[in-house]
Amino acid sequence: MPYLNIENLHAAYGDNLVLRGIDIAVEKGEIVSLIGPSGSGKSTLLRALVGLTKPHLGAVHLEGRLIDYSNKRSLREARDHFAIVFQQYNLFQNMTALKNVTIAPVKVKKRNSGEVGQEAKTLLAKVGLGDKLHSYPDELSGGQQQRVAIARALAFRPNILLLDEVTSALDPELVKEVLDTVRMLAKEGMTMLIVSHEMAFVREVSSKTVFMDEGKVVEIGAPSQVIDQPKTPRAQEFMAKILRH
Amino acid sequence: MIEGLWEEIPRFFTYYNWVFLLEATGRTLVLTGIGCLVGFAFGFYLAVARLYRGRVFLPLKVIIIFYVEIFRRVPFLVTLMLIFFFCQGVQLDVSVFTVALITVCLIAAAYTAEIVRAGFESVQHTQWEATEVMNFTLVQKLHLVVIPQAWKVILPPAFSFFIAFIKDTALASQIGVVELTYVGKVFNNKGFSAVLAFGTILILYYLISYPLARFGAWMEKKLAVSKH
Repeated sequence: MPYLNIENLHAAYGDNLVLRGIDIAVEKGEIVSLIGPSGSGKSTLLRALVGLTKPHLGAVHLEGRLIDYSNKRSLREARDHFAIVFQQYNLFQNMTALKNVTIAPVKVKKRNSGEVGQEAKTLLAKVGLGDKLHSYPDELSGGQQQRVAIARALAFRPNILLLDEVTSALDPELVKEVLDTVRMLAKEGMTMLIVSHEMAFVREVSSKTVFMDEGKVVEIGAPSQVIDQPKTPRAQEFMAKILRH
Repeated sequence: MIEGLWEEIPRFFTYYNWVFLLEATGRTLVLTGIGCLVGFAFGFYLAVARLYRGRVFLPLKVIIIFYVEIFRRVPFLVTLMLIFFFCQGVQLDVSVFTVALITVCLIAAAYTAEIVRAGFESVQHTQWEATEVMNFTLVQKLHLVVIPQAWKVILPPAFSFFIAFIKDTALASQIGVVELTYVGKVFNNKGFSAVLAFGTILILYYLISYPLARFGAWMEKKLAVSKH
């Protein structure tokens, strides 16, 4: 069985069925990008994986083990393996950059705070924020906040990193710094699921691209194939629109 | 009238009257202080209890909502009377002061529960989500992320409630608790002019509420901007 196996996953917001049977297999070290029009369920899929939106049908296996989203213990265990970076960063507003990174490893994973502090400083330096350790989120630019959020996610030591449109809220000149950070992680072999509208970036980093529409997987394959030679009319139409500008 | 007042003052501020006044001030202080402290602590827990999810907690939540909604809507005096006559009805041998104390706690808890709940809700939902996916426990979510950000929304209405609350404790005089307002009436009945009797009471109320307001402002400054 693949490292992360998503089978026939369904999820809804109230009566609104957003995921209508998603099947995706992710191998360790793979970078899978999710593309598609807004409302196609890409972000919901990431949210469903970490149980923020509860799937009501289908199965997710992680390392061969079924995640039971209605079971607190199983969900906690699964969340230990995932880290998600949100479009709006969602940094803790009451904490410095450093504290944002150290809080979960120290308080939740009960790791040694000295050791975590060192690791956090290294991570923040790695994302280019070695000089912003003691800045609060509202003192940082969007790009800087998003890089802190990535460092925070990495400090959690996830097996799978979920990136939910991490550059969508950023000014164009800040997009590059965040994408460079993701590129660096890609080189290091981090397993990632990436929701993104940056087609050039998706083509460059991903090992597999999934085109979604109306809560379903329409096409799945190598990025060059799905982005450049889509087979389905729906994907062709989308690519034509998005690649035109 | 002013001349009469001057003449009254030495007769008014006798040792015995001072003791009487200070004891009454003490009662008003205790009613306010205990009401605010116990009420806030209790109200805080009610607000936290409302955050629990799952069917098991549903009955508890319904009870809390009823409690909060009822006690915030019924006039202080009515609650006071209800508890007073309830204690009499079940032949509970408690002093009127205790009745007043129970009442202030019940009312303050209902009000602060609502103030704290609003504070929790003011914290962006996405902050909760971030803690959720990182496996924070409810206590960690509140203690580390939500409460530090909620203070600035909780404190101003909480303190304006406390300050208004000092004045509400005057109603305890209606069931015979010898607190400040009661003492004002006693002096007035003894023949002292209303200006002197209630003027003194006014000053004492002010002396209680002003420091509390300053304290509130200080807390707001300290907690609301503690992140910088």
